[in-house]
Amino acid sequence: MLVADAGAVVVHANEAAGLVFPDARPGSAMADAVPGWLVSAHARCTAHLPAQRPPAGAGTVQGPVGDRSYEAHPTPRDDGTVVWWLVDDTDHRLAREALWTERERTEFLVRSSNLLLSSLNLDRCMDVTAQMAADHLADAALVIAPAHGPELPIVSCVRGGSPSVSRAVVDPEAVPGLAEALQGFPPVPSRWLDPSAAPAWLVPDGLDALGSIVITPLPGHGVPAGALVLLRADGASAFTEGEEVFARLFAARAGAAMSAARLYAEQASITDILMRELLPPLLHQVSGVEYAGGYRPSKDHERVGGDFYDVHPAADEGEPSLVVLGDVCGKGLQAAVMTGKIRNTLHALLPMADDHHRMLSLLNTSLLNSENARFATMVLASAARDGNAVQLRLTSAGHPAPLILRSDGRVEEARTKGTLVGALPEITTETARVTLAPGDTCVLYTDGISEARGGPMGGAMFGEERLRRALSECAAMPAEAVVEHVQMLTSQWVGTGRHDDMAVVVISAPRTNHLSAVDGHTRGRFTA
Amino acid sequence: MAFDEAATVGTVLRALDDGMAAEDLLLDVIASVQGRVGREWAANSITVAQEHAATAINDRAVAAVALHPSVHVAPTRGRVTVACVDGEWHALPARLLAEVLRIRGWRVDYLGAQVTAPHLVAHLHRTGPDAVALSGSLATRLPAAHATITACQAVGTPVIVGGAAFGPGGRYARLLGADSWAPDARAAADELARGPLPRPRPGHQAIDDLPHLNDQEYTLVARSRPRLVRAVFAQLEKAYPAMRAYTEMQRERTAEDLSHIVEFLAAALYTGDEDLFCGFLLWTAGVLEARGVPAASLLPALELLQRELQDFPRATATLRAGAARLTVTPLTAAGTAV
Repeated sequence: MLVADAGAVVVHANEAAGLVFPDARPGSAMADAVPGWLVSAHARCTAHLPAQRPPAGAGTVQGPVGDRSYEAHPTPRDDGTVVWWLVDDTDHRLAREALWTERERTEFLVRSSNLLLSSLNLDRCMDVTAQMAADHLADAALVIAPAHGPELPIVSCVRGGSPSVSRAVVDPEAVPGLAEALQGFPPVPSRWLDPSAAPAWLVPDGLDALGSIVITPLPGHGVPAGALVLLRADGASAFTEGEEVFARLFAARAGAAMSAARLYAEQASITDILMRELLPPLLHQVSGVEYAGGYRPSKDHERVGGDFYDVHPAADEGEPSLVVLGDVCGKGLQAAVMTGKIRNTLHALLPMADDHHRMLSLLNTSLLNSENARFATMVLASAARDGNAVQLRLTSAGHPAPLILRSDGRVEEARTKGTLVGALPEITTETARVTLAPGDTCVLYTDGISEARGGPMGGAMFGEERLRRALSECAAMPAEAVVEHVQMLTSQWVGTGRHDDMAVVVISAPRTNHLSAVDGHTRGRFTA
Repeated sequence: MAFDEAATVGTVLRALDDGMAAEDLLLDVIASVQGRVGREWAANSITVAQEHAATAINDRAVAAVALHPSVHVAPTRGRVTVACVDGEWHALPARLLAEVLRIRGWRVDYLGAQVTAPHLVAHLHRTGPDAVALSGSLATRLPAAHATITACQAVGTPVIVGGAAFGPGGRYARLLGADSWAPDARAAADELARGPLPRPRPGHQAIDDLPHLNDQEYTLVARSRPRLVRAVFAQLEKAYPAMRAYTEMQRERTAEDLSHIVEFLAAALYTGDEDLFCGFLLWTAGVLEARGVPAASLLPALELLQRELQDFPRATATLRAGAARLTVTPLTAAGTAV
């Protein structure tokens, strides 16, 4: 407790106050005895105008005394003196600061986790890691991924800036500790690096003088995820042990996210490669005949299913191309794998495409002999340009017969029928011959289209009749437009309801024979 | 309107050979032709199938432009994914935007129509683009658009949207939390050129955008659409004996019209905007009048729907507002309200 009068002269100091302020004796000037923050607080309390004084009960101030800190509570007395009650709040303040730091760190970790968890893209994870580290842990940060070939992928970020990506052909061995950190195993601790030993590529643009560098490994799930390099400018305080431990906590999260992203990318690329074989091909004009196809798998989140189609151009010009459209019993990936087998088998049987029955019989035998066999229905169509017309041979094997749309809007059914393949030892087929005049169209479809359930009232079947009606409006339209029209109508029909795989292929005789040679440009450019 | 693919593609290529800028050709010629196609359909000059034919020809014209030697540009900017809202069939606007962005030096992944949100998100994880450009022309697909926007933002990718679905001035774009909106392809390309869209903050909850969905009216109306159509259709038949003489086709068209009304009602409930429903009704009335059907024929259906949905205050208020607008607004033959 310390009492001082309006002239800032100490009136009284008790024993405890004497220990804190040894010079505070009665009669001594406050300015000589106590720190400046208390002197100015006293001046405010004893100001001439009452309005300038802090109201009673307020005016508590806080400040350092030596290496400790104190709170000072004033009590003004009627005689113009002020009693200052001093309370040591050092520990309280330290506890509060520690709590605040912990809170800030927790919030930072939560935010980092949210950002890192949201993406399975490796580049994005590296960006986020570099930016978060630069903004919260250091003045600049580098995220280095394990080498891909001779190059080291690096993302660097300076505090307040945005991450920049680069690839450097450098030797990680040149930086002490970096090679070990990038290997991920055996586990290595964070490592300090002498700033003068750092190669130029390690220092991002915008950071002039280096103070300290620390390299922390990014631990992954059994695979090395890379290394995090934190840099502080000259003059900034060096990394404390607590900060280093905290950086490791952050690195653990970033490393986990980066290795998950890497794993996902690998899996996705494997899926992509395998899927490419199973996806229906893009169709276009071949040898003067227009083709278009559309496919919608039963499960909208999958890209493949049990329906398939292919157009195999003839080996020799003038020979017919072979079109296949079929439906394997079942849905989803397993059915798709089966379609892959059938498509491959048919591809191998192409040399006998002039005899549909023989081709289908051989396929039938092969399906019967294979394990995990499923049966399938399909239509084969051999199409060859003949003058302006297109000659078709159509063979159905247990499949809905193709519909022929004439340019005047009439719709006919091709007279072909046959048994499905992969079920019985012998199959029977009946092939139809159809001539498409210019503007005529042949439509192959799977029962997913004709048996789609839905409609405005719900529960009704789309049906062949409705399909025929829809087609009759498509007379003389380009092949893609017919496909799109059928797809749109069936898609609107099923709405959000469940549906089977749906595939449709359209073969058209072009309406005008100069379609493929406009202005001397080659035909190829219209087929994209 | 003639449907001559060869002539169209020939004209387009000649224009490019003569030095016309590909972007102008795409946006000022092809896009405006496509706009006219839509108007012709509304005015009953062409059928839906013909609209598809015209669109397919326009699509080939775009392909021809894209392959022209004068249009080859090496990517110098970032990467953008262009897609349509799931369930959308009008892919041409997205296709045009994709080509314009490509011409301006972006690396573009054009995913086309019928892209489900899971596909799009898987694509974003794989490619990590700077932004997604999402095109939508049907207001009934706004709930799907919202799901897609939220999904893209959840993986840290900003979304710029465009197309008629997002309403006048892009009001539904803001409502659904899109990071940006552009009135047309050129504006979208300009917006993306101005600088990277800010990365969306994580932790955004879709329901925060639309607190009114708490009343579940959207969900219940959307889910019971076929039942509502059946109920209203049966009562219309009872009230108007003339309907019993309808052909199968006419009956189906009527059911489809009712289905559209409920779909747009659901979209209005989703966005909480009566104007969306009123705008659709006026447009439909115009289309009907162009086909010789009096617009007033919509009123009994609205009346019956109101009765079916009497427990849903927002739905009945929307239906009442629609009926009121229908009775006071004169229409033009082109299908647009005066």
